Amino acid sequence: MSGITSFEGDQSTALLRMALSGRRLPRWGVPAAAVVALAAAIGLNAVTGIDGVAGTLVVAILLFVAGQTGWSFSVEGRRHALDRLATTAIYATFALALAPLIGLLATVVVKGSQVLSSSFLTTSMRSVSPRSEGGGLYHALLGTLEQVGIAALIGVPLGILTAIYLVEYAPSGSSRHLARVVSFFVDVMTGVPSVVVGLFVYTAFVLTLGMQRSGFAASIALTILMLPVVVRSTEEMLRIVPRSLREASYALGIPKWRTILKIVMPTAIAGIITGAMLAIARVAGETAPLLLTTFLSQSINPDPFTGPQSALPTFIWDQFSSGTDASVNRAWGGALVLIILVMVLYAVAKIIARFAGVKKL
Amino acid sequence: MSTTLEPTGTPVPSSAARGITGASVRPGDRVFLGLSRGAGLLILLTMASIAIFLVVKAIPALQANTANFLTSTAWFPDQSPAVFGIAALVFGTVMTSIVAMVLAVPVGIGIALFIAHYAPRRLATALGFVTDLLAAVPSIIFGMWGLQFLTPHMEGLGEWLNTYLGFIPIFTNTLGLYSKSILIAGVVLAIMILPTISAITREVFVQVPRDHIEAALALGATRWEMVRLSIFPFAKPGMISAAMLGLGRALGETIAVALILSASYDINRHITEPGGNTFAANIALRWNEAGPIGLSALVASGLVLFVITLVVNMGARAVIARRAEFSGAN
Amino acid sequence: MNRTRTMSFAALAVTGALALTACGSDGGTAVTDSTSISCVSGAIKASGSSAQKNAVAEWVNTYQTACTGATIDYQANGSGAGITDFINKQTAFAGSDSPLKEEDKTKADARCATGPAIDIPMVGGAIVAAYNVAGVDKLILTPDLIAGIFSNEITKWNDPKIAAANAGVTLPDATIAQFHRSDSSGTTDNFTKYLTATAATAWTSGAGKEWKATGGQGAKGNDGIGAAIKATANSIGYVELSFALDNKLSTAWVDNGGGAIEPTSTTAAATVASATVKGTGNDLALTIDYTTKTGYPIVLVTYEITCEKGLDAGLLDLTKSFLTFTSSDAGQSKLTEFGYVPITGDLLTKVRAAVSSLSA
Repeated sequence: MSGITSFEGDQSTALLRMALSGRRLPRWGVPAAAVVALAAAIGLNAVTGIDGVAGTLVVAILLFVAGQTGWSFSVEGRRHALDRLATTAIYATFALALAPLIGLLATVVVKGSQVLSSSFLTTSMRSVSPRSEGGGLYHALLGTLEQVGIAALIGVPLGILTAIYLVEYAPSGSSRHLARVVSFFVDVMTGVPSVVVGLFVYTAFVLTLGMQRSGFAASIALTILMLPVVVRSTEEMLRIVPRSLREASYALGIPKWRTILKIVMPTAIAGIITGAMLAIARVAGETAPLLLTTFLSQSINPDPFTGPQSALPTFIWDQFSSGTDASVNRAWGGALVLIILVMVLYAVAKIIARFAGVKKL
Repeated sequence: MSTTLEPTGTPVPSSAARGITGASVRPGDRVFLGLSRGAGLLILLTMASIAIFLVVKAIPALQANTANFLTSTAWFPDQSPAVFGIAALVFGTVMTSIVAMVLAVPVGIGIALFIAHYAPRRLATALGFVTDLLAAVPSIIFGMWGLQFLTPHMEGLGEWLNTYLGFIPIFTNTLGLYSKSILIAGVVLAIMILPTISAITREVFVQVPRDHIEAALALGATRWEMVRLSIFPFAKPGMISAAMLGLGRALGETIAVALILSASYDINRHITEPGGNTFAANIALRWNEAGPIGLSALVASGLVLFVITLVVNMGARAVIARRAEFSGAN
Repeated sequence: MNRTRTMSFAALAVTGALALTACGSDGGTAVTDSTSISCVSGAIKASGSSAQKNAVAEWVNTYQTACTGATIDYQANGSGAGITDFINKQTAFAGSDSPLKEEDKTKADARCATGPAIDIPMVGGAIVAAYNVAGVDKLILTPDLIAGIFSNEITKWNDPKIAAANAGVTLPDATIAQFHRSDSSGTTDNFTKYLTATAATAWTSGAGKEWKATGGQGAKGNDGIGAAIKATANSIGYVELSFALDNKLSTAWVDNGGGAIEPTSTTAAATVASATVKGTGNDLALTIDYTTKTGYPIVLVTYEITCEKGLDAGLLDLTKSFLTFTSSDAGQSKLTEFGYVPITGDLLTKVRAAVSSLSA
């Protein structure tokens, strides 16, 4: 397009362009249609019984779509009319979808910031009445960091190793069938609802093996939830590493495992870390499995292996279900902190991906 | 996506490597292979034990049950004789997920298209970031927000649907109550899975090769025709897997649905009326007072949910695999 | 180069996390009357009934403030889960809305090394019909009316039957929005037991922890019901008195035939005190007389279930000390403050005897 516009000075080329592209709506066409539609809707509002701002807007949008499409159809033909209809639809869905999502964020920020303070972050709920203001979520934040941290310590290496097996070893060796089965089960795992995983850890580890409910029990559930995401994203990243890199390494006589460790992994590491961070962020907000596997506490417990330990999602749940004004406000504060935590993880992952992503060759 | 990857069958030139490095496998390789295969096996073991455990724990309830597990709508496993069935749960789970998918898939794809191909570049980067962030908002927050803020504002929609579209059976409302319905739960689920769907779809849209797009535009295609002819065919497997991921999240969502739905064990096709229940929400609502048989019955229902999500995932994979073969032929 | 950058981000994240773990303190500055608490240090866990959640929270706060070396965690995960936890040695005692059932009793006895597990009533609660009807300050309901409303036989606020019991009150011509619990709960159990006992003809849905009647809307937890009533005009629902007070909801007076009685801690305490003990020895399982005409009749009693003998050595002293405090005058008087119902009279004496009998 820019190639054509550079000939703009030449009138004959402009005419040629007109001929090539067919008749188009004037540039002011779309805004004009919008204004007319809005005016008509307001007019209709006065005459008929459409009530309220929302109703008027809906009518205006419908009129705009109909008018613009019709006008475009008569001037530009079916294809361009359809294009304009699609463009409007895409802009509209975008605006429509963003409204609730922004609304959600706004609610959490507005409600949560009422209680957010440095003492909210640095004290626990120990000896704070459900009915009184104050207290904080330090104990839950600590619990979440530890539980998710342990889950990451187990899940990330396990996931990366599995991905290495699937990508680097399995396709060639005798274990192709095993790899296919593993790959299939990784997919299955992606779909297991988190509450079912919670139920599994509860019935297997707590009820059957007699393990105490603890932060670590939660870590097990979170690991299971995290694994498939790590495996899948690592797989993707390993597959993107160019074959030529591996071949060059093999040509130099470097053994396979060193090639993987020194050549393949460093090339893909940023992407792998991103995938792992996204998996961590996803499980950090899991509530249902934690309700089944941890023991809620109001006090600080730095030991995830023994004793009750809270987590942010269970803190929110607990405060929300106490049902007093003060505790519900604390729940919103917890929601804000959880969102910030998850978003920081996400942002770090994205930044890593942006600055150090695998370059596709 | 598939065209940028090497054919999955032979991604790594290990046969060549073996030829160079000699027939003997080095100790380091053996250790590393052992480790990575061990990791794979551990995943197998985990999945197997989850499945076995669910089955073993479900058996006592299934044996004690005096109603038909598949067709009964009641849920009284702890009473004697035990009576429970999953019919109502299946219905509620499927209906909320359908509502969520009908709303979220087109809108999610619309958002992805907007960000990937319609919005100005600078805005697109920021918006992409925002949708990704929203995909990470924990579901309990959606639940609280849905209960406290969305539900009151959604009753008007239910009323409107009943007034103007009430002739369609699912929108009929005979009770005059519009709160805590399957419709509202579905909308909250839709909002919840929207960022997931649009984030993944956008990722795929961005990967559409530039030449495909430019070729279409050079042939005089309008932007929509370009989308239809170049982007959609290329991105279809990715779009499907995005939708399936969203569906998986909707099927298994627990806390948000438990907070919002007015749980009831009946099959009510009027989705604007209060009522309905889902597998996951039922576990959250009944676990607290469940006795041994009750817990076992919940595990049985969890097993069914597990199988449903499994089937959905396998279906999605089959579709994607077929599409991949297609594009592989190009 | 890329790698170093990646590493520095990782390092940054780790540092942030460490910085967080470095600070932090256990809150709680509440000053208490340093009453008759004989402190024992240590940590115990308990779980169960969500009906007593906020009451236990207040007790724990007082106890922990007086005894800084003690940590007591109560998880309100429901009576059923609480008993399961207790049987599986997860907890020192279970909170339950109903005494141990026969099959659970055997398992609970087995959990206690040498002695039986006993039910000790500790917290009472009044289940109130809370409503949100503009202009109606006092509403009187009879068992038949409650049964009618909650079984959807009576659907309008100005139904003649309601009007008959409330002479002089202007009731609106509005549909009743009825709320019940969507989760299993002891509150539903006691509420439906009351209806079964007092309105046998009008109430046909039976009793149980799950709501079995059709119609109306379900909400999760006492908090969910309270919030729903608050947010919905012309609504009514059953909820525990303390949650009704927290949400500043109007509560209906109940007339069992002997005149209308306002639901308060005191009127409900009379009903709890008149309950008969059906357990043997120190097992104080109660039978509540829902047909009483002298107290507010819809009550629930939550028990603490623990081992009379044979509780693990590490748990016994703190459990005993804590339960001694909760059954003391100071502990019981805290309940009234927040809309719970104290145990009084002879029953309280028996409770104290049961607590003091706890031993290794």
